[in-house]
Amino acid sequence: MPSPQPVIAIHNLGHAFGRGEQRKQVLFDIALNIKAGEIVLMTGPSGSGKTTLLTLIGGLRHVQSGSLKFLGQELCGATAEDLVQARRQTGYIFQAHNLHESLTARQNVRMGLEVHPQYSVEKMSMLAAEMLDLVGLGERLDHYPDQLSGGQKQRVAIARALVSRPKLLLADEPTAALDSKTGRDVVTLMQHLAQNQGCTILLVTHDSRILDIADRIVHMEDGVLKHNTPANAVH
Amino acid sequence: MGWLNSLQRRTPLGWLQLSRHKGRLLVALSGIAFADLLMFMQLGFQESLYESNTQIRAALDADLILASPKAETTQKLSTFSRRRLYQAQDVPGVASARALYSNNINWNHPETNEEASLQVMGFDPDYPAFNLPEMNAQLYRVKIPDVMLFDRLARGDYQQTIAQIENQQWVSTEAEGRTLSVRGVFSLGASFGADGLLVTSSQNFLQLFPRRDPGSVSIGLLHVEPGYDPEQVAQALQDHLPDDVEAMTLDDFIQDELEQIQTESPIGFIFTIGAAMAFVVGVVIVYQVLSTDVNAHIKEYATFKAMGYRHSYLLTIVIEESLIMAFLGFIPGLLLPMGIYQVAANATALPIYMTLNRAATVLAMTIIMCLFSGAIATRKLQSADPADMF
Repeated sequence: MPSPQPVIAIHNLGHAFGRGEQRKQVLFDIALNIKAGEIVLMTGPSGSGKTTLLTLIGGLRHVQSGSLKFLGQELCGATAEDLVQARRQTGYIFQAHNLHESLTARQNVRMGLEVHPQYSVEKMSMLAAEMLDLVGLGERLDHYPDQLSGGQKQRVAIARALVSRPKLLLADEPTAALDSKTGRDVVTLMQHLAQNQGCTILLVTHDSRILDIADRIVHMEDGVLKHNTPANAVH
Repeated sequence: MGWLNSLQRRTPLGWLQLSRHKGRLLVALSGIAFADLLMFMQLGFQESLYESNTQIRAALDADLILASPKAETTQKLSTFSRRRLYQAQDVPGVASARALYSNNINWNHPETNEEASLQVMGFDPDYPAFNLPEMNAQLYRVKIPDVMLFDRLARGDYQQTIAQIENQQWVSTEAEGRTLSVRGVFSLGASFGADGLLVTSSQNFLQLFPRRDPGSVSIGLLHVEPGYDPEQVAQALQDHLPDDVEAMTLDDFIQDELEQIQTESPIGFIFTIGAAMAFVVGVVIVYQVLSTDVNAHIKEYATFKAMGYRHSYLLTIVIEESLIMAFLGFIPGLLLPMGIYQVAANATALPIYMTLNRAATVLAMTIIMCLFSGAIATRKLQSADPADMF
């Protein structure tokens, strides 16, 4: 689903932590454009700034300098409320599943819809069940997280991230806590669902076994986005 | 109706979190119930102190009262000149003005022979001083020298004595060097200040206390003629009489004693401190539970923020939990004291019972207590920042 406008357009983005003498620059002059429907993987050693970039794109952090446009909206200088709205357009998947232990699978997925006022109670319940069915957990709607395996929990997390049909899915090492087979299955599922929804994916990973799902791979090192090659060039 | 709609859409997270951990909830609820119990006991005793001390005044059969300006509680009435009673009858609207003598007395307990302190009141038995039909029906007996009527609800082991009197077997005992005969009982109730009340005629009273001047009365009991406003008559009396006596309505006289106890005695203060301590205990317990709960869910909360929930959404979860705990904890916190009131009332002969007013007060305090704890616990929510957490 190509569109004239990139989902993410980043120019000259910098970011630093701390202030005064403690100030440490972690991102330098980042430039990155991601088109709608693209699947982009970001690799790089830990501490290179991958997660920082991801949290900036997801609206979890204020952009300090440069330009970061999400769906055409500039996030540099955005208000807290702008960031809340940006977060609602983004699905986020973390290393850990971060499901709420007091909620069933269906209630957890429902939380992904509750932030959007346009869904009615019945609609939310129905969409949550449908989404869990799509990730293969249609039989486990009323299970609590502690009754599910690691892979199942991560699939509930995927369902929660995608149930509101976000324009962008951000995933921070979603396979880190899973064994290789389960990790592979989860990523394939994520890829499959996102493509059906026309959702763009930016995925941070160390896992070299899943690189083949990418349209493009970018590499981060010491806060600099190093090379920017199409995925087929790697293979 | 936007908020109603959003309330309906909202997942009841507070309730789901609390009910998922039944043990933790139970601890919280018993803590709140315990705090409520303490508050109920403190407030119950405090109110019963007030009520028990005013019940003698509340039982008086009079429209207006004359009393010394030096009068404090019913146990410390002081005296004024009987002439004021005669002068009072000059004031238009005053139908009658009679004397009531009061003093404290130590008598030998009829069963144990130990000394016990009582209050004794003397008045003209032809004109009842109290609104107690049971007492008034037996007043003819106190016309006989050294005969008394006794309070059935007096504090102390008087069951046997009272059973005897009720069977018309008169009980004799000794006080102030005289032999007294108790020939009847009535129901009034003990107070913090006195274990019980004896009533008799003025003559018997004055014989019991030979050094007491008959011209020095403790209280004047006045009746107002029909068609006169007691307030206005009281004002007229105050203008007519010298400053060594005060005229007031019976309600003001009761109110006066209440204020005396509340301000002059340390007891009201002590009970208020007790209730405040109970409140603090409740705050600490609820805070413990809520902050544990917030800490246990801080990752989930940060995730909610990453999903686009505002900070205020997290606040409502904690507030919801506070309110649920307040109301659930109040149920045992209300039922338990009702039983203990019964036990305490039997043990102390004080009028302790649950009132709607007090229940509403403690419910309000419970809600404030839980919301206050919740408000402190929400400070921990600040650390639920998805950017720092993942």
